Amino acid sequence: MGLSSPAPLAPSRAGPGRARPRSLTRRALAPLLVLSALLALLLGASPASAAPQTVASGERITGVLRNAGEPLEGVEVIVEQDGAEVARGASDATGRFVVPVDGPGAYSVRLDPASLPEGVVPRIPTREVTVRAGNPAAALFQFGEDTRQVATRLDRAPQLLLGGLQFGLVIAMAAIGLSLIFGTTGLTNFAHGELLTGGAMLAYVFNAKVGLNLIPAALIALVLAGVFGGLLDRGLWRPLRNRGTGLIAALVVSIGLSLLLRGLYLYFFGGGSSTYLQYATQDPLEVGPVTVLQRDLVIIVISLIVLLGVGLALQRTRLGKATRAVADNPALASSSGIDVERVINVVWIAGTVLAALGGIFLALSQQVNFQLGQNILLLLFAGVTLGGLGTAYGALVGSLVIGVFTQLSTLFIPAELQVVGALLILILILIVRPQGILGRAERIG
Amino acid sequence: MDLISILTNTALALFNAESLYLALAAIGLNVHFGYTGLLNFGQVGFLAIAAYGLATGVTYFDLPFGLAVLLGLAAAVALALLLGIPTLRLRADYLAIVTIASSEVIRLVARSASLRDFSGGSSGLSGFAQGFYDLNPLGPGRYGIGAISYDSNRAWLLLVGWTLAALCCLLVFLLMRSPWGRVLRAIREDEDAARSLGKNVVGYKMQSLILGGVFGALGGFVFALANSSVQPDSYATLLTFFAFTAMILGGAGRILGPVAGAVLFWGFFVLVENVLVQASQAGYIPEAVFNSNQTGVVRQILVGVLLMALMIFRPQGLFGDKKELALDAR
Repeated sequence: MGLSSPAPLAPSRAGPGRARPRSLTRRALAPLLVLSALLALLLGASPASAAPQTVASGERITGVLRNAGEPLEGVEVIVEQDGAEVARGASDATGRFVVPVDGPGAYSVRLDPASLPEGVVPRIPTREVTVRAGNPAAALFQFGEDTRQVATRLDRAPQLLLGGLQFGLVIAMAAIGLSLIFGTTGLTNFAHGELLTGGAMLAYVFNAKVGLNLIPAALIALVLAGVFGGLLDRGLWRPLRNRGTGLIAALVVSIGLSLLLRGLYLYFFGGGSSTYLQYATQDPLEVGPVTVLQRDLVIIVISLIVLLGVGLALQRTRLGKATRAVADNPALASSSGIDVERVINVVWIAGTVLAALGGIFLALSQQVNFQLGQNILLLLFAGVTLGGLGTAYGALVGSLVIGVFTQLSTLFIPAELQVVGALLILILILIVRPQGILGRAERIG
Repeated sequence: MDLISILTNTALALFNAESLYLALAAIGLNVHFGYTGLLNFGQVGFLAIAAYGLATGVTYFDLPFGLAVLLGLAAAVALALLLGIPTLRLRADYLAIVTIASSEVIRLVARSASLRDFSGGSSGLSGFAQGFYDLNPLGPGRYGIGAISYDSNRAWLLLVGWTLAALCCLLVFLLMRSPWGRVLRAIREDEDAARSLGKNVVGYKMQSLILGGVFGALGGFVFALANSSVQPDSYATLLTFFAFTAMILGGAGRILGPVAGAVLFWGFFVLVENVLVQASQAGYIPEAVFNSNQTGVVRQILVGVLLMALMIFRPQGLFGDKKELALDAR
């Protein structure tokens, strides 16, 4: 099983199908699904679409008949109730059938064998469906040999663990910035996800549009991200701090900023998804019980080195110590001669660069998309809160736990609900230990 | 450019269903944020759970329309209790994270394929609104003034909805004049002070969360009935921020602030969109800069800028009172 990249933890708007881009067909499907996601966002998420839509109403049974990807046309679909035929329809050129039925109730649906092509037999001959008032019900038929391989939970666990570790390390890089910004300024930055997206998009522009190899493109993107982070602090957040803007007001401003940035990404980049020109596809290596892409190994190693470097810098360097001092108590730090504004500016620059690097890595295992960062923002919050708001190491530990947990949880719950699991953990943690794993117990009520 | 059509469309939008459910959601947010200082970023969760309560009540549990509405309201109250018990003791930004997370949980669970039989998966549910429109006493035809008119069913929905909104405002007005409302505002200003006077702060916050959640639930009913369907992705967090912006625009902590905010907010959107679309059709704006498919993008950018500008330059909104609201609910 070639689960080489961690499943995207995106609360995908596209549909349950976009669970994990692990094969080429899935990758090929992703742009379509994301396009539909965009449409859903534009048409559905905003009240604009609230004009009455023409919803085909009435009770009906629908489905699509495909054999090995080829639509089956003209297949007679027989709907029976209590053993008597009550309705009948045929599939069209796309294999789709819609059979209106008289009312809600339980029906059994079968295909007329005479109308099926030679040698094509449904795996399960009869489907029982329940139709609810005013709603369609789907009847699913599959054809041909069942070629799905069913892996046991124990087989899948090591692979998911590795994927979770990688995902955890990647979100840890973004989470450290989020946590340090919170620690030094008190700002809950709802625009942090857009910093990830921005990094991934800048790298894409230099990679695909300018034509550089991904590595120099990514380096340029990181530099530009740092400049952007510094300017954002100088141009927006520092003036707000100087005006004495409250933390809640600043939080709402960050939401506005996030909507603005995401809108700009959508405007300039469009709603589709793209992959980088290099390292998009690789042959997996077999290492013991797991298969892994070289790319993912490199991501894990670089993430570890970067996180270790950040940890060392915080622990050993003057600036790092000053940062921790400001995070601990800005007034005291200021009175002992630390230039608080400079520290905060450095935190913004470093936080944005780390977020951009996280975004590039995330886009390597998923795809570049305007919602890339937004989709994991709540998981970032979960990781940061889990570890303890405002602490750098807490963000690391919390993100790793969230990363591994979301992946391993797919052993027991559907992949589409893995984010739900992580968010429920977040809520649970807040009940039991609101200061987080590494946070200090203090009054937070 | 067809000025008449721009103005007609804007006038139609001012009091249409979108303004209405934004107004109801914002009235609820105003109770939470404007009067109690609770940072609820999951208001859309209340809209969603009420709309789904109504829809599943009719389609899954086969309840009559009235009982399904009660089911939706009960679901909203239950959500408020579930949210409030763990988070109301925590700081404001924790509440923000938990509420936004829970509204996403509701959306993701509602759209999940494993619950398709119950909540309809990603395509949602329809066919539950007939019970409401069967009650319509208005005869067929159009109601309104000249070109600014609605068909019979929409007029019925708007009549009921705006009456509800007026009653909600009246209720908020009476409550906020009462001792109960004064305690809420005391909690907003200084929670510790309220506590030291012997007030059960968590209890009051919970009551506020439930009340505002129920107003949001009414908005959810309007949203669902206006479309005659519920679709999970209509209940994304963006809708919460729309309602939030509407509330700030009108003025948080004012009785009619959220209503005025929602009407102006939505009217402004429709006006800008119509001008842009007409201008691009008339060739004033090149296709490369703007095409009519991008109205949603422009709307999102506008909300972002509007929200930032309001919070920075005029946190009390258009009609708010700066003294009433320091807007730092910590």
